[in-house]
Amino acid sequence: MISESFEKTFPLRILIAKSGLDGHNRGAKIVARALADAGFEVIYTGLRQTPEQIVASAIQEDVDAIGLSVLSGAHISVFTNVLRCLRESGASDISIFGGGIISAEDAIELKRCGVAEIFGPGTSLLTIVNFVRHLTKEAYLNKGV
Amino acid sequence: MKSSSGIPIAKFYGPKKDAECVDKEMTQFEVPGKFPFTRGNTTEMYRSEPWLMGSYSGFGSAEEANSRFKELLASGTTSLNIALDLPTQQGLDSDHPLASGEVGRVGVAIDTLDDLERLLDDIDLSQVRNLSCIANAVSPILLGMFVVLAEKRGINAEDLRLYLQNDSLKEITARGNYIFPALASVKLSVDVMEYCRKHLTKSSTISFCGYHFRESGCTAIQEIAFTLANARAYMAEAIRRGLTADDLGPTLNMFLAAGMDLFEEISKFRATRRLWAHMMRDEFGAHDPKAQAITIRCYTSGSQLTAQRPLNNIVRTTIEALAGVLGGVQAMVVSSMDEALCIPSRETQQVALDTQYILYNETGIPHTADPLGGSYYVEQLTDILENAILKELSKIEEQGGAIAAIKKGYIQTILSESSYSLQREIEEGKRIIIGVNKLQRQAYDEHLPDLFRPDSEGESRQICRLLKLKDSRDANAVLKALTRIKEATMTGENVVPAVTEAVRLYATIGEITDVLKNAYGEAHDLGIF
Repeated sequence: MISESFEKTFPLRILIAKSGLDGHNRGAKIVARALADAGFEVIYTGLRQTPEQIVASAIQEDVDAIGLSVLSGAHISVFTNVLRCLRESGASDISIFGGGIISAEDAIELKRCGVAEIFGPGTSLLTIVNFVRHLTKEAYLNKGV
Repeated sequence: MKSSSGIPIAKFYGPKKDAECVDKEMTQFEVPGKFPFTRGNTTEMYRSEPWLMGSYSGFGSAEEANSRFKELLASGTTSLNIALDLPTQQGLDSDHPLASGEVGRVGVAIDTLDDLERLLDDIDLSQVRNLSCIANAVSPILLGMFVVLAEKRGINAEDLRLYLQNDSLKEITARGNYIFPALASVKLSVDVMEYCRKHLTKSSTISFCGYHFRESGCTAIQEIAFTLANARAYMAEAIRRGLTADDLGPTLNMFLAAGMDLFEEISKFRATRRLWAHMMRDEFGAHDPKAQAITIRCYTSGSQLTAQRPLNNIVRTTIEALAGVLGGVQAMVVSSMDEALCIPSRETQQVALDTQYILYNETGIPHTADPLGGSYYVEQLTDILENAILKELSKIEEQGGAIAAIKKGYIQTILSESSYSLQREIEEGKRIIIGVNKLQRQAYDEHLPDLFRPDSEGESRQICRLLKLKDSRDANAVLKALTRIKEATMTGENVVPAVTEAVRLYATIGEITDVLKNAYGEAHDLGIF
């Protein structure tokens, strides 16, 4: 059974990433911090990562999920490129969630492409933490642990 | 000047009711237009000069922006704001792999002089009172482009009224459009300041920015402390190179945020003017009052707008704009209500601009300078903020000043701490935001104007144009010009003249930036959270 101390027993790892040239990092850093406070092991890439760099870090750090933040309007190309790189690296088991200034229509489109969830402005940290908890637990258990 | 019921209004007020007494007692209390300018830069304030009412938004292509600029000028606007896309701001050409998806997204793509020529095609630059371009790390290159453009149009560069932001230190810690390490950033910004003082005397030399710190989640106190710390670094270098505080003073300005805490914001603007006046006089030796008074540009805080019930943002931005006006700023941009959702549409931009027109024309607020001067609350809050800012500033000095503090990640750490604790307060309901953590009603059918949709073909068109242009150049001449820039970086001379010559030959922003990167290195995000 999954207990409340699941994160403590199986420290889940999350990569928070900023891709492209977008400099808005406030949201990404806050989410990184909240996930770390909730018991996850969090790696933050810093700004200006290419999709290839993000996926390479994700694999190297053996993360369970990637959280991508985009506020520049380039989200469609950023998310789909990261998804493509994951597929090409055979790492599609790593799930992706994200947030930023993303319209409802685009969020639907991204979810159709395989993004687990898109969190808009004003989403509570608790909502994000709970979602990631659920998402990664499933992935972890599916791996056969 | 009279109130709505006909009461005559004085230019400003003091302790005595009778405005006549005010002039006689000038030495006993702070007066607008006099050192330390707490109550405003001039005696008449908005009576003699309204604040500059601007708007800021991106348009994908040079052609689109050009036609919008013409419309604005035809409707009486005298101030043009050029928003650059992210690749341009970071010195990358549109065909750079990292630029993918970002070309023309948050502003126009300027790869070469050709793009600027198309952007400002058929626009009489002498008619433009304020030609603003948010260029920071690339400011020497954009400056070069404007200089050549003016020359080609037969306009004296001297007559240009350029406003390049030119504050690249804050890009490293807060805004993210950095290229060079802190020390080189200061060097290049001062190159631009020096060149402008010599050749573009009507232009602004630098805008010390606090807005982006604030938007990164810090407090009003930290916002001003960080701004002053950076300003100190630029000023020290400028003075070391022989510029004087008296000469630079009138060309300097600050770009600050106007947030929702009305009285704290008003007091912040007042305290900032007082602190700056003292710094300029006592630290940098400015004797001319014009050099001691800082021009403040403010922008209402975009991060305090909500995606939930966006029409409520009109109320928020009105209060923030009010803080700016009551705080005596010289220029303002009001955020559009849809800023938390997308790049502002034409209609929401108009509402934002009208907010300023309403404040100026319908409220009577501009009739008298510093209407809140003398309020027990505002005066005390001004003093308290002044002291708190000085304390925060001294902590940065203990780190060895702004450049050292940035290298160590000190500023970045404070920003992370501050924004996280702010978010926690929102989550815990200690800070109420209607629609987010209180009264989260379902939106009715909110008639939000159509959202901005970027042009999806713009990027490939821009890349094609760039490649064609590169083919048409005299490759040898470009190479020579780039080598000349490299030499300038080695001698330590001002790089702007060499950059200007390269720009004239249509060297790209990426080519020029690469030469500078090779000389100065690059800044990197420390990834602090």
